[in-house]
This record gives sequence, structure tokens and C-alpha cells, in this order.
Amino acid sequence: MNALSLRNLKKTYNNGFEALKGIDLDVEAGDFFALLGPNGAGKSTAIGIISSLVNASSGSVSIFGHDLKRDQAKAKSCLGLVPQEVNFNQFDTVKNILLNQAGYYGTPRKLALQRTEYCLKQMNLWDRRDTVSRRLSGGMKRRVMIARALVHAPKLLILDEPTAGVDIEIRRSMWNMMQQVNQQGTTIILTTHYLEEAESLCRNIAIINHGRIVENSDMASLLTRLHVQHFVLDLAQPIAAAPVIEGCQIELITHKTLAVAVPKEHSLNKLFSQLNAQNIDITSLKNKTNRLEQLFMDLIDSNPTGVKR
Amino acid sequence: MNYCIAFRTIVTKEIFRFIRIWPQTLLPPAITTALYFLIFGKLIGDRIGTISGTSYMDYIVPGIILMSVISHSYANVVSSFYSSKFQHNIEELLVAPIPNWIILSGYISGGIVRGLLVGVVVALISLLFTDIKVNNIPITLAIAVLTATVFALAGFINAILAESFDDISIIPNFVLTPLSYLGGVFYSVDMLPGVWQTVSMGNPILYMVNAFRYGLLGVTDIDIQLSFIITGGFIITLTSFSLYLLYKGIGIKN
Ligand SMILES: Nc1ncnc2c1ncn2[C@@H]1O[C@H](COP(=O)(O)OP(=O)(O)OP(=O)(O)O)[C@@H](O)[C@H]1O
Ligand SMILES: [Mg+2]
Repeated sequence: MNALSLRNLKKTYNNGFEALKGIDLDVEAGDFFALLGPNGAGKSTAIGIISSLVNASSGSVSIFGHDLKRDQAKAKSCLGLVPQEVNFNQFDTVKNILLNQAGYYGTPRKLALQRTEYCLKQMNLWDRRDTVSRRLSGGMKRRVMIARALVHAPKLLILDEPTAGVDIEIRRSMWNMMQQVNQQGTTIILTTHYLEEAESLCRNIAIINHGRIVENSDMASLLTRLHVQHFVLDLAQPIAAAPVIEGCQIELITHKTLAVAVPKEHSLNKLFSQLNAQNIDITSLKNKTNRLEQLFMDLIDSNPTGVKR
Repeated sequence: MNYCIAFRTIVTKEIFRFIRIWPQTLLPPAITTALYFLIFGKLIGDRIGTISGTSYMDYIVPGIILMSVISHSYANVVSSFYSSKFQHNIEELLVAPIPNWIILSGYISGGIVRGLLVGVVVALISLLFTDIKVNNIPITLAIAVLTATVFALAGFINAILAESFDDISIIPNFVLTPLSYLGGVFYSVDMLPGVWQTVSMGNPILYMVNAFRYGLLGVTDIDIQLSFIITGGFIITLTSFSLYLLYKGIGIKN
């Protein structure tokens, strides 16, 4: 069963701009799915169409097998949305925002009160329940939107950059929360510009650029495609020039740090013994960039104009 | 899907909204109309004498009540719906599985409740100045509810088409107020010269004011049946147009 299926989805805005040029996408039920792409790629446009906020120019959307046009009420009740921009009534209290939302989905009052308490506690907002939402910090507003999206217990949760502008502690707790929600059976689609977030949370991934899907596969096989890994090595003693090692590219960043590009077939053990042989002591090692980030840049760079490959 | 709950949620939200801001929504009409009754009814009215056998004070009461119903049912929907467009919280309703007719009837009901509540406040104030016995309760109530519906719908359409806060004050200032004043609130159309009598017949508010005056006082310039037909016609037309706008997503979707 697919939680979401998009078929040949196109969108041309009124000003003539073609934001989506025909998107096909399937997300399986239970998946934790990353929808990535640079600014302006069309992620929010696609999410807008899925959540009935944007009219598609053509194509179809189906949520858990319910066509969004023909079977609208059923399709919509499966979906919970955390939009990119704050969109609740800023004059309402946190609790009322959730209670109203539950009401819109037809939740009886008693259950709505229980769900509201549960979701606000899950998002660490219960002690803020009577605060007028305008007075919340930016990170709290994001959490209100997540709590609001969960109040009707949706089967598919779409989050459009939920962790943007959120401090690291809260981001961590959001990750935990998203994983928890996913483990309880909710399918999650996440967009983010923090690629390490996508790498650690998501099982499958699509990358969208200039209104087209340029990559769609599972995270593991995507990462194995990475041929070269980049590391930064800290050295015990300063050296004057970068050592030369067959097959690897080595750059001297400072006298005590090296940037190394290692092909996959070159083992790290071998690299270390080669460096050892040249009397270079390594005190620590880290990834230069996140692995997914390298792939992402490769995919985006190789297709800068959006011309179909 | 239980649309009852969704409907109730929207209506309750709408009612709480205008009650929360009562100094802006319920207090001003009380003050303005008290002044109308005092100045036009008492001070000037005493020198005017009677129209169609009723004192001028009594003659203007129904029109002033209905004028408040009109402007407040309109104002409630236009400002509430436009500000939820402006703050984007209208998106909550668009994402949720609520059919358009529930969204529409929820907002319209909110506007009707506010219009009628203000109508009651104004009626109570009029009792400080005069003593009116209701001639026909069903007609009075029916025309008040139908009139509130017409203008709540008009406010809804205004809010959907509006692109700025200026756009939501143009219609009330340049259309509603003049039409209300020219709708026979303060005079009987019989008092106008011939050609203006004919022109006045094109003003829908005239029919509603006269039907309401008939309900309260038993006095009218116009056939009551015609009033109901015209009011009903407006409701059907405006409802269809509102649903069309919602269906197309005009003004609320990209
Ligand atoms: N209402 C609109 N009218 C015209 N063009 C629009 C409109 N909304 C978005 N666009 C354009 O469509 C393109 C895709 O926008 P979209 O918001 O979907 O990007 P995104 O992938 O979500 O980007 P970001 O990561 O910055 O949120 C952009 O070029 C944007 O300028
Ligand atoms: Mg976006």
C-alpha cells in the first residue's frame, strides 16, 4: 500500500512560472521519506498540492489509495501537515488551536481534549497551553504546528522544514519525536536542508531540482554510490608539506591538519599505515562533509539548468 | 465524516471571536444608535409629526435596528474571513476534510449571530426612548434572519475577493452605508418625488427595511411577499457565487 502516489504532477503559477514539470513519486506506508532539494526546487509547491492548498495544473494525487479529487474527504483525513510558514491564528491560545483543529476533523469534544493534552505533552508545550500563540518563540511555534498536525492522529505526516531555526536540543527532541511517531506506524515525509538529519532519519529519499525529480532511491544504496570519501585529519606534529600517497588526494589545510580524499577501494587501514611510514601521527579524524551532502551537490551540480537528462 | 462537529467548531470560534473583542463589536452600535434615537427620534422627530400614522420616533426604530443587523453581519464575516486569509490560518480549513458548504455556512452563521445580537442590543436601547409592541413576530424574525444572511454572504464574497485591508472597507463605506440611508430607514418612499421613488425601487435594502417595519409596526410602503422573494433571490444568488469562488479556490489558493 502506498501512503502517497503522485502521477505526472505539474504546476504553472499564474505568473507563468513552471514550478513542477511532471513529478511521479511513490511513498510506501510506514516509510520515513526525505524530500530534498535546493531553495525554489518545488518542494513546498508539491506539498501544497498534496494538502489542497495549491491547485495542480495537471496530474493526480492519491493518499492511501484515496484520490484527492474524487475521494477528497477520505484522502484529506489521512493527512497531517506541518507547513513551512507559521499559519495558525496568532491571537488564539495554544490549546484552542489544537482543539479547533481536532474539531475540523470531526473529533468529538472529549476525545479532542485528550488528544490535545497528549500532543502538547509530547511536544513539551503543555505548560504553555494557555499562552496566546503570538507570544511564543519561533521554535515553540514550530512545535505548536507539529502538535496541531498530530492531533487527529494522521496516517501520513508531511513536515515542510520543521527543524528550520530550531536550537539543537529541541531539534534532537524533534528527531526523537518523529522517530517515535514513525515507529507507531505513521508514514512521514520530511523536507529539510540539514542533510545529516535526512541521512540519519530517513530510509528513502527523493531529490527534486527545478521542478523535476532527479533522484529517487533508498538511502543505503544512494550512499554506496559515493566513490570518494573526504576526511579531515588532525596531526600530532606539524608538517611542512602535504605527503604524497598513491591514489589519494591530500591537501595541507594548516600545518597540523590535512584534507584527504580517499577512494572507496583504498582502505583506511592502508592509508594510516602509509601515513605512519612517513612519520605522520594522527590524533583524530572526522568526515569533511556529510556524505549525503556530497551526493546532493553532485546531483544538483550535474543538472544546473533543470534540463531533463 | 462528522461534519456537525466541524460546523459547530467554526461557529463557536466565530462567536467567541466577536465576543472577545466586544468593545469593537458590540459596544459601538449601542452608542451610535442611542445617539440616532436621541437626535433624530426625540429632538428632531418631535417636530416632524407622524408618518403613516406612527410617531417619527417609532417609524425609524425598525430601520435603525435592521441597518445595524446589516452592517454587523457583513462586518463580522468580512473581517473574520479576511484576517484568517491574511494570517493564513484559513489553510487549516482548506487542508481539513471539510466541504466548502460547511465552511461557508459556518462563517455565515457566525455573521448572522452577530447581526442578530447587535439587533437585539439596538432594540433594547430603543426601549429607553419608546415602547413598541411587535405586530407580527414570525415576519419580524424571518426578515431579520434572512437579511443577516444576505449581508453575511456579501461580506464573505468581499473577503474572498479582497487583496488588502482597504478592499474590505470599500464596500461597507461606499455601497452599504449609502444604500442603507437611501433604503427608507429615515423616511417613507412616498415622501420622495416621483422619479426618485422609481430609482429607490432598485435598492434591495428598501424591501428588507419595509418588511421589517411591517413586522414591527404593521406599516409598509411595499408588498411584503415581494420583499421575501427579493431577499430569498439574493440569498440563492450569493450562496451559489460563494460556493463557486470556494470551489475554484479564487483568492484563497494558488
Ligand atoms: N505563488 C507563487 N507564484 C509564483 N511563483 C511561485 C509561487 N510560489 C512559489 N513560486 C515559485 O515556485 C518555485 C518553487 O517554490 P517552492 O516554494 O515550491 O520551493 P521549495 O522547494 O519549497 O523551496 P524552499 O527550500 O526555499 O522552501 C520557486 O521558484 C518560487 O519562486
Ligand atoms: Mg519550501
